Amino acid sequence: MNVTRGFTGRPRVDNPGLPPGQYDTGDDWPVLSAEVTPDLAPADWTFRVDGLVEAPRTWDWEQAHALPASAYEGDIHCVTSWSKFGVRFGGVSLDAFLEQVRPLPAATHAVAYAHTGYTTNLPLADLTGGRAWIAWEYDGRPLPPEHGGPARLLVPHLYFWKSAKWIAGIRLLDHDEPGFWEQNGYHARGNPWEEQRYSGD
Amino acid sequence: MTDTFTPPTRFAVPGRIAVSNGTAGHWQTATLTEIRRETPRAATFRFAVPAWAGHLPGQHLMLRLTAADGYTAQRHYSIASAPDDSGHIELTLDHVEGGEVSGWFHTEARPGDRVEVRGPLSGFFAWPADRAALLVGAGSGVVPLMSMVRHHRASGLSVPVRLLVSARSPEELIYAREYGAETTPVFTRAAPRGVPVGRMTAAHVAPLLDAAPPGGWEAYVCGSNAFAEHASRLLVAAGQPVDRIRIERFG
Repeated sequence: MNVTRGFTGRPRVDNPGLPPGQYDTGDDWPVLSAEVTPDLAPADWTFRVDGLVEAPRTWDWEQAHALPASAYEGDIHCVTSWSKFGVRFGGVSLDAFLEQVRPLPAATHAVAYAHTGYTTNLPLADLTGGRAWIAWEYDGRPLPPEHGGPARLLVPHLYFWKSAKWIAGIRLLDHDEPGFWEQNGYHARGNPWEEQRYSGD
Repeated sequence: MTDTFTPPTRFAVPGRIAVSNGTAGHWQTATLTEIRRETPRAATFRFAVPAWAGHLPGQHLMLRLTAADGYTAQRHYSIASAPDDSGHIELTLDHVEGGEVSGWFHTEARPGDRVEVRGPLSGFFAWPADRAALLVGAGSGVVPLMSMVRHHRASGLSVPVRLLVSARSPEELIYAREYGAETTPVFTRAAPRGVPVGRMTAAHVAPLLDAAPPGGWEAYVCGSNAFAEHASRLLVAAGQPVDRIRIERFG
């Protein structure tokens, strides 16, 4: 252990919800995105699921909102080391979209892509079973554009760069295909509890 | 399979920079060798990192402090120094109110202290010095941009570089003594006599885009999120293509 002389850190409160190497950002919600925030009106937003599925499909804003509503209440974790507790997102479970397109047995992975062209890869198993959402509300209000509004992917059990803002679609594949940050040195999966921050962690 | 559609990419995707994934993979010891005050709130910390693999201007690192009971705190910081072969790197840190890591640096740290770093990280905001660069920063957002300006100067590069930097006042302008003809400061609260006070506007950005070199600018924006939103919108409004704007947001 490389103890830093004179460093004591903040007073520790035992917080079992805080993954290793993370701190509680409190009321702050830092914005981290590489893009110019796009001007994307709900009327112009679409979401597509294709690739290894039986029936590829595109939903517009109204069609997506006609699916059963589903909320996430819990924590989120950013690779830059902040965590945010007790957030509330509203939207639709990704399972509801996948049910309609019927993934083929060969599908093992997915690439999520944004209306800006941003991409991120995920194992399909991280997107199913009530663990991923298309979210358009935060704390009961429309999701702000800088946080990915009108709609973003939400995969709260992974580092937040996986939760692509301005989500445009998800393509199912039979192999893993690194996305934007993953090609730039970030970990392929990004599990905060295992500190999968960078390639090789 | 059916037809697939992927939206056109509308931001600056890297691809022209080879980033080694290996160097980010392990922590190494950095020994503090020098502290220089920049402004009342910001200071530069110079470290010896003998095995540092080098970096590109604009890259950042992760820094870790460890308490006696094993508690650790880690933060991302932009690298301020230009790449060189001295085995040293520099970080410039604001003293953040209540900041756990920046507080240690500003109140405890002294030469000889050891911390841990891993990096360099992320090629996205890096500038390989191959294209004309329009740098727009505010506050400590100027740190990675200064790495670019220093690299440009130290290497005697001819590719054009311009820096538009916003600070509250001349006293709070980080690296004030180092700027040359490439830099236009913008002061939001107090300015030297004869210099207007106010936030960055189209009037600051438009002349730089009008005078763009052949092939145009590669734009790098760094600062708080509010500043990054404001500045990137000014650039887009002035005609800078969105796929040639890179943004690094601090908090």
